[in-house]
Amino acid sequence: MPTIQSPVTEEIHPDVALVARAKNGDAAAFEQLVRQYERQIFRVAQHITQNREDAEDITQDAFLKAYEKLDQFQGNSKFSTWLVRIAVNESLMRLRKRKTSKTVSMDEDVQTEEGSIPRDFAEWRPNPEQLYNQSELGDILRKTIQGLPPGFRTVFTLRDIENLSTEETAEALGLSVPAVKSRLLRARLQLRERLSRYFRQKKEGQPA
Amino acid sequence: MNCTDLLSRLGDYFDGHLSAELREEVRIHTAECQHCKVVLNTTHQTIEVYKGKELYEVSPELRERLHSAIMAKCCGKK
Repeated sequence: MPTIQSPVTEEIHPDVALVARAKNGDAAAFEQLVRQYERQIFRVAQHITQNREDAEDITQDAFLKAYEKLDQFQGNSKFSTWLVRIAVNESLMRLRKRKTSKTVSMDEDVQTEEGSIPRDFAEWRPNPEQLYNQSELGDILRKTIQGLPPGFRTVFTLRDIENLSTEETAEALGLSVPAVKSRLLRARLQLRERLSRYFRQKKEGQPA
Repeated sequence: MNCTDLLSRLGDYFDGHLSAELREEVRIHTAECQHCKVVLNTTHQTIEVYKGKELYEVSPELRERLHSAIMAKCCGKK
């Protein structure tokens, strides 16, 4: 009898079992998922909305929506990516409500090349970590990322701060992979330009 | 490779998606072009300085409050 080669089994993400249990009404399994992702969802919401109260509300609403729609989750993406997508949509909706006269979407402010062409050509010396203490550095990084348009801020947050892959970021934002790549590059270049004001090497005789 | 080519490939460069051949072209170009060398270095530093930084810390109190609120909303649990 010929032996049947079993296909190489992909490692199954532990969330799959938790989601299956939660779908069957296991509250402890759902609570475990909440514990795993509540901080990440809060951080993402805070980065997009730049508002702590909004981020708290969004975190609660995102989990409630996920709980209510758990049956619709097909498992084609990771549970965490699906959850981030819900939180991103809730966050953008919140921004839209806040700025009634202006629409906020992933497409906003991405038509222009402005800010993506490098203008500052000074090295950063010494390193930012040597130049500022942790608290000062945190303030600078927060202030700088706040200045980015929401579409760029969101892509950079998911990809470079929360370490989602390009594909996961595309899924979470409902964008194509090339669109994520292009926005990410422009976000990185804009941040570089803005951070150069703080971190650029001072010329001799120039006040710090 | 000129400056515009380098800039357009910067994303793939940082994500490790450039072929060995193109990486070599980047190396040759940045050895000659000071501006591109700085852009490459400082963009790398930009990514590194933000990587994994918890710019918005979630204190244990906030986390507890959030957690209770979520569970109360979803499962009617305090």
